Amino acid sequence: MLVLSAEEGGFNPPGAKDFQFPPIFGESLYFTKPVFLCIFSVIVISTFFIASSRKAAVVPNRFQFAGEAVYGFVRNSIGKDVIGHDFLKYVPFLFSLFTFILVNNIFGIIPFIQFPTMSRIGFPIAITIFVFVVFHYVGMRHQGVGKYLKEIAFMPDIPKPVYLILTPIEILTYFVTRPLTLSLRLFANMFAGHLLLLVFTIGGEHLLHGDLILKIFSPFSFAFAIGLTFFELGIQCLQAYIFTLLTALYIAGALADGH
Amino acid sequence: MTGTLSIVGFGLSTIGPGIATGLIFAAYINGVARQPEARGILQPLAFLGFALAEALALFGLVLAFVL
Repeated sequence: MLVLSAEEGGFNPPGAKDFQFPPIFGESLYFTKPVFLCIFSVIVISTFFIASSRKAAVVPNRFQFAGEAVYGFVRNSIGKDVIGHDFLKYVPFLFSLFTFILVNNIFGIIPFIQFPTMSRIGFPIAITIFVFVVFHYVGMRHQGVGKYLKEIAFMPDIPKPVYLILTPIEILTYFVTRPLTLSLRLFANMFAGHLLLLVFTIGGEHLLHGDLILKIFSPFSFAFAIGLTFFELGIQCLQAYIFTLLTALYIAGALADGH
Repeated sequence: MTGTLSIVGFGLSTIGPGIATGLIFAAYINGVARQPEARGILQPLAFLGFALAEALALFGLVLAFVL
């Protein structure tokens, strides 16, 4: 992403404009870098997991072990621990969610790709709509539409006057706050992370064009950018984990009847 | 020197979530130190609380860019 150079001396700070890409084929705005990264991630994930599970053996080779470690993590520490009883039905959904977000996030620090797909708001919104539909559908199918909506609006075993405050808050939580925070959290984390890396790499390059004293400080900026890249790796894994964990929690909440 | 005040506002708004995140992980570390077996139960809770507190700071970031 070191394409932006300082123009005519003034420092050109990175901003929202760095997240807009020109179309790849002609004028069509549907084919830009993030869209291709998204498609590419699906190919990478499916190739990896098909290859790792094809020659499955009792004594796994290294490849199979890596694939099973990811699956085991999602299945046990997200699926089993959070949803509990009858969790196996939701593991495929959680697993594909986790791997898809993880790979798309990690694109942010892979050399020559270096753009986290999820830092364009459209992708988190699409995933969140999917999650939103799934957890409400699960709740409605499990408890019945009327009972599910009634339990959201009027939590049982609570003194009547409290409903005056609680009902609007609960409805807002389930239908506005949850999807909003879920998509915005992922988007904003990736956006901020990518921006942070841009600030230090572009800043380092700008310092390199300056006076001698500024030139001395330029390597520090680049070193910091490299350090932050590893920090970003942690954040990217954490965000994929949190997104999946919250999805599992929402599903678990929809399944729990009678609180 | 030019810029917008909304960036300063964003800086101020991160104080709250910063303190909140610190408190959450302090409680988590305390809990695990007292009862190491409880780590498995406490970890999702700690990260959930962290995610919820951090979301507020990120709303500030989004607003700083939007406004």
